[in-house]
Amino acid sequence: MIEIKDLKKSFGELQVLKGIDLTVNNGEVLSVIGSSGSGKSTLLYCINALEPIDSGSILVDSISVHDKATDVNKLRQKIGMVFQQFNMFPHLTAQENVALAPRKVKKMSKKDAMDLAARQLEHVGLGEKVDSYPSALSGGQQQRVAIARALAMEPSYMLFDEATSALDPELVGEVEDTMRMLAKEGMTMILVTHEINFARDVSDRIAFFHQGRMEEINSPDQLINHPASEHTAKFLSNVR
Amino acid sequence: MAINVFSELQPKDLLFLGEAALRTLEISLTAIGIGSVFGAIFGWMMSEGNRIVTFIINAILDIFRSVPLIIQLILFDSFISIAGYPLPAFVSGTIVLSVYTAALVANVARGGVEAVPASLRRASRSLGLSYWQDLRYIVWPVGLRAVFPSWIGVALSVVKDSALVSVIGYVELLKASQILITRTQDTFVILTIAGLFYFALSYPISKASEYIERRWNQ
Ligand SMILES: Nc1ncnc2c1ncn2[C@@H]1O[C@H](COP(=O)(O)OP(=O)(O)OP(=O)(O)O)[C@@H](O)[C@H]1O
Ligand SMILES: [Mg+2]
Repeated sequence: MIEIKDLKKSFGELQVLKGIDLTVNNGEVLSVIGSSGSGKSTLLYCINALEPIDSGSILVDSISVHDKATDVNKLRQKIGMVFQQFNMFPHLTAQENVALAPRKVKKMSKKDAMDLAARQLEHVGLGEKVDSYPSALSGGQQQRVAIARALAMEPSYMLFDEATSALDPELVGEVEDTMRMLAKEGMTMILVTHEINFARDVSDRIAFFHQGRMEEINSPDQLINHPASEHTAKFLSNVR
Repeated sequence: MAINVFSELQPKDLLFLGEAALRTLEISLTAIGIGSVFGAIFGWMMSEGNRIVTFIINAILDIFRSVPLIIQLILFDSFISIAGYPLPAFVSGTIVLSVYTAALVANVARGGVEAVPASLRRASRSLGLSYWQDLRYIVWPVGLRAVFPSWIGVALSVVKDSALVSVIGYVELLKASQILITRTQDTFVILTIAGLFYFALSYPISKASEYIERRWNQ
């Protein structure tokens, strides 16, 4: 379970998150939508301790993420993350990309890590591409390697930050399918996305962010068809 | 019979030049080695440190980059002599040349660290890699590939610039050539041979670097 209480976060003078309260239950898929600059990416970075916070708290499985005593490198193993940029390590093959963290962080033997990597790549439909370098893969394939790489650490949570928005339209489907597969398998996920239809299909709840606040959170049907806030309604009418 | 103070170039002179070329190689490689290690550390500090650290390191290194090497050599050599701690020419030459190399490599290394996208580093940290693991397994290989040609460029220029160490009396290739020229007056032939030796030292370095780059690009 991820419990966020009164989370505040600024970059210099600019307050980006203005008191967020949010709980994500195990097995739940939560989508986060909202206009550019509303703080969606920052929220994900805070959950993963990639950004420090000003005040409030984030608990992941009851571990306080921003507590000084918390070992963030250990905590991050629980939380897989996939970014908008493909972020494959360019000097490593697909299999080496996936095997790196199990080897270096979990101290697996090279052979075990490479076997695990091969299985994970198979799982996302890239069994053929184990020896390919990123330069030889399409954006969609690179993004699926990134998903396999995160899954290889056997996380309890997956955070996706607009994982499909840098992709050519014809490649969006394959990555969305992979995310759908994870949702079916019961992975707890937070998806930041601009694809409203995808969010509706896959999510248990959708949260709408507006200027650093969580304006509204509800079931996909309620939020999309009967938005309670005028900001939500306006945002939805703009993206559709 | 008039005594000829000048004598012909002899086979053993070639050996003399060859040995001097090895000394050029020795002092260059030592300086490149030491200078690259320190340069990499300074470059890392400049790209990851706060603004004040960056400013101070950069200002200091700027001195070594802008004052001509020949002046640095003479100043340092005279200074330690006056201070009463004269060093062998090889040692003081190596010190000055290493500092000079470090100043050049620092900029290259800084460029290398900064060539690694922030998002790539966030991705590696998000997998649980520590700061040092990220540095070792992501920033180092990715950054090195990005600036490797510039680093080789610095290394090649250090081989040539090492000729200036002759001014403090270290008998490397250029100094050896001057000694022979004084004796034989055969400027043209000797400098041509010296030039060929410099080429023979540099050529393998650039060939090796081409080979390494080709392997990286498969
Ligand atoms: N490292 C940073 N330094 C300073 N300002 C930042 C930084 N990261 C984000 N911001 C600012 O914080 C605000 C929120 O950014 P964030 O990336 O969280 O928005 P977002 O909702 O993800 O937007 P988008 O849909 O464009 O990705 C923006 O105004 C952004 O300019
Ligand atoms: Mg964003």
